[in-house]
Amino acid sequence: MSTVKLTINGKAVTAEVEDRTLLVHLLRDQLGLTGTHVGCDTSQCGACVVHIDGRAVKSCTTLAVQASGATVTTIEGIAKGDELHPMQAAFRDNHGLQCGYCTPGMIMSAIDIVHRYGGNLDEDTVRAELEGNICRCTGYHNIVKSVLDAAGRMKVAAAAE
Amino acid sequence: MHETTYHRASSVDEAATLYAKGSEARYLAGGHTLLPVMKQRLASPSDLIDIAKIKDLVGIEATGDTLTIKAATPYFDIATSATVKSAIPALAYLISLVGDPAVRHRGTIGGSIANNDPAADSPAALLALDATVKTNKRSIKAGDFFKGLFTTALDDGELITAVSFPIPAKAAYAKFPHPASRFALTGVFVAKTKTGDVRVAVTGASQGGVMRMPAIEAALKANWSASAIDGVTVSDQGLMDDLHGTSAYRANLIKVMAQRAVTAAG
Ligand SMILES: Cc1cc2nc3c(=O)[nH]c(=O)nc-3n(C[C@H](O)[C@H](O)[C@H](O)COP(=O)(O)OP(=O)(O)OC[C@H]3O[C@@H](n4cnc5c(N)ncnc54)[C@H](O)[C@@H]3O)c2cc1C
Ligand code: FES
Ligand code: FES
Repeated sequence: MSTVKLTINGKAVTAEVEDRTLLVHLLRDQLGLTGTHVGCDTSQCGACVVHIDGRAVKSCTTLAVQASGATVTTIEGIAKGDELHPMQAAFRDNHGLQCGYCTPGMIMSAIDIVHRYGGNLDEDTVRAELEGNICRCTGYHNIVKSVLDAAGRMKVAAAAE
Repeated sequence: MHETTYHRASSVDEAATLYAKGSEARYLAGGHTLLPVMKQRLASPSDLIDIAKIKDLVGIEATGDTLTIKAATPYFDIATSATVKSAIPALAYLISLVGDPAVRHRGTIGGSIANNDPAADSPAALLALDATVKTNKRSIKAGDFFKGLFTTALDDGELITAVSFPIPAKAAYAKFPHPASRFALTGVFVAKTKTGDVRVAVTGASQGGVMRMPAIEAALKANWSASAIDGVTVSDQGLMDDLHGTSAYRANLIKVMAQRAVTAAG
């Protein structure tokens, strides 16, 4: 067992974990943050994506102990109170989800993409960058539309701050 | 996943000492090969020695004719590095094709070459560019480092610290990705050295892992153009033959990818 100390969604968290505990299991089973999903056993689907020190990472392929000392943001940590994050709002407005299983990972990957590319996003780039996120429902069309829409909204929001 | 004991090393020497103490220790870098394998219970190391936070193992520098990438540098930092893009743009491009963004945020070049997956991208760059693998004990030429499927020249406990690439006159990589896994169904890296030598390395195709293609090298040395490869015959002997592609298909892909790479290199 090890003691891990992380900052999760802005709060300092200390937890006792087995060394083999995956970060996603710490989040879901010990901390009750069940927004982060597990969709596969092969590190391929992206349903588990969270941000570690600002980078989109698959929490099913990261040990909790590896993340000790880091700052983690999950899908629960992006809205401001009742106000959805612009990426969440864009997914809602563009019908970017159906069953919603892939959505938390999609949104965390998509925010990372917009952070990296800023306003220089086009459809091809979004599709290539979402390589690691699998959706069984939507056919991706409305997801791509949501990300492009959100890229515009996030620019406006950043300019306003 | 079986139980294991995690250690975070802060120096190369500490990592080697911790490794030696474990009964069946493994180094852990990005974990994007080792953790999936542990989840499948195909590996059950007694101890994991995390090397990702060792300062001496992360970084990129170019001096004169050599580009050096330290072993635990994540792919993302390599693909986006201005130094790599200006020294060997083909290498930055190759790395940008590995897996997906989340994989590139964690996976490292040292982990990739230590694993030596026959469909991995990085080994092709090392072999074509005649790179040198630096370890905590010695320097190993790429041609001596890769020893077949998932096998390298590394001794038990030997730690890769960096890879040094001679900066070529021209180079390019062309990859035909497996449509689901994104690994190379066949990838070809072509390089022309500053002294005019030509080296061509192929990944994803051979049952023996990454390999050079002497016939294509000779053709390109005589005439650096895609059409020079038209007349080369690539045998399907020893090539992988599976549900993703027959050996004959891969043999053809080697030619096509080599031609695309030469065209891209200009
Ligand atoms: C979804 C997915 C898609 C992928 N797609 C691709 C792809 O398209 N192309 C591709 O090439 N790869 C691909 N990969 C594999 C990826 O490149 C791995 O990250 C890489 O092979 C291993 O690097 P790592 O740092 O994660 O190594 P780890 O998993 O930490 O380690 C791998 C092995 O190397 C050893 N090791 C690590 N560092 C060192 C060192 N410095 N010295 C000695 N031994 C060391 C470890 O002990 C272990 O045995 C993919 C992986 C995933 C999960
Ligand atoms: S659950 Fe992590 S990639 Fe599928
Ligand atoms: S909305 Fe159902 S998996 Fe994407």
